[in-house]
Amino acid sequence: MDTWSIGKHTFTSRLLVGTGKYPDFSTMQRALVASGAEVVTVAVRRLDLSKTGEASLLQWIPKGMKLLPNTAACFTADEAIRTARLGRELEMGDLVKLEVIGDRRTLFPDVEGLVEAAKVLVKEGFTVLPYTNDDPVTAKKLEDAGCAAVMPLGAPIGSGLGIRNPYNLRIIMETVKVPVLVDAGVGTASDAAVAMELGAVAVLMNTAIAEARDPVLMAEAMRAGVEAGRKAHLAGRIPTKLHASASSPMTGLIGT
Amino acid sequence: MQVRLNGELREIPEGVTVGGLLGHLGVKAQRVAVEVNDTVVTKDRYESQRIGPGDSIEIVAFVGGG
Repeated sequence: MDTWSIGKHTFTSRLLVGTGKYPDFSTMQRALVASGAEVVTVAVRRLDLSKTGEASLLQWIPKGMKLLPNTAACFTADEAIRTARLGRELEMGDLVKLEVIGDRRTLFPDVEGLVEAAKVLVKEGFTVLPYTNDDPVTAKKLEDAGCAAVMPLGAPIGSGLGIRNPYNLRIIMETVKVPVLVDAGVGTASDAAVAMELGAVAVLMNTAIAEARDPVLMAEAMRAGVEAGRKAHLAGRIPTKLHASASSPMTGLIGT
Repeated sequence: MQVRLNGELREIPEGVTVGGLLGHLGVKAQRVAVEVNDTVVTKDRYESQRIGPGDSIEIVAFVGGG
């Protein structure tokens, strides 16, 4: 069985999915099932005290899926640490997708704040999965800080631009020993396949599925893309060549 | 007494516990996490920890996110 692990958790599916931006909870639920994901990300926000009787997100997440609370929209290490602690109290688990954002327009990470928050949360017993830049030096610092994985972006969150810097991702995979997950930027199934072909352990995405015209069908496509990319990575692609290499024999031709 | 609840000034019953406040607000305790003055209150302390005047309280839940 081709499994992978983070901390004490072992998974089979290599597609992790978000729960934001869906047109409604029912569509989200069907897309989550279609994706085959075992891990789903969730955000921590103030409860709307005027709507305490409303259906909660959790009722729509299929049983058995592991929740991965995030610290999205935190702009300082302190905010991220507080949010992670609240997420742990809600989920009663140890996993956190750590985000410390440095810029509102690009949502690029603030890597100084990220490393600082990671150190604190690792000490508190969290299994930290940091969303980071495609920067090998930062990835190494996060590994040294005790993070259980690193999650470099393929492109800005929600941009759908695909894998913008495959070379840096490869260098990150060479540099760190912890699992490398590509998080953010995927637009379509081929992007997910590219990330996996490069050697990513898994891919995390939200917008590409949730905002597709048919989120359920896109979830299926992403699942297939991730599986295809993983298999291609294991199978070992051929080297690229400038000139042709015939697939059919060049001998035994008629009329010669 | 007045407290700051999810960022807004609000009157709540004097000397109420965290669990009592959730009941007062009609919030199911298992669905939320609570912070008082920037520190998480674990569920085992809901009935013992009292809220004081001027405290800052955050009540949060999971929402969709990536």
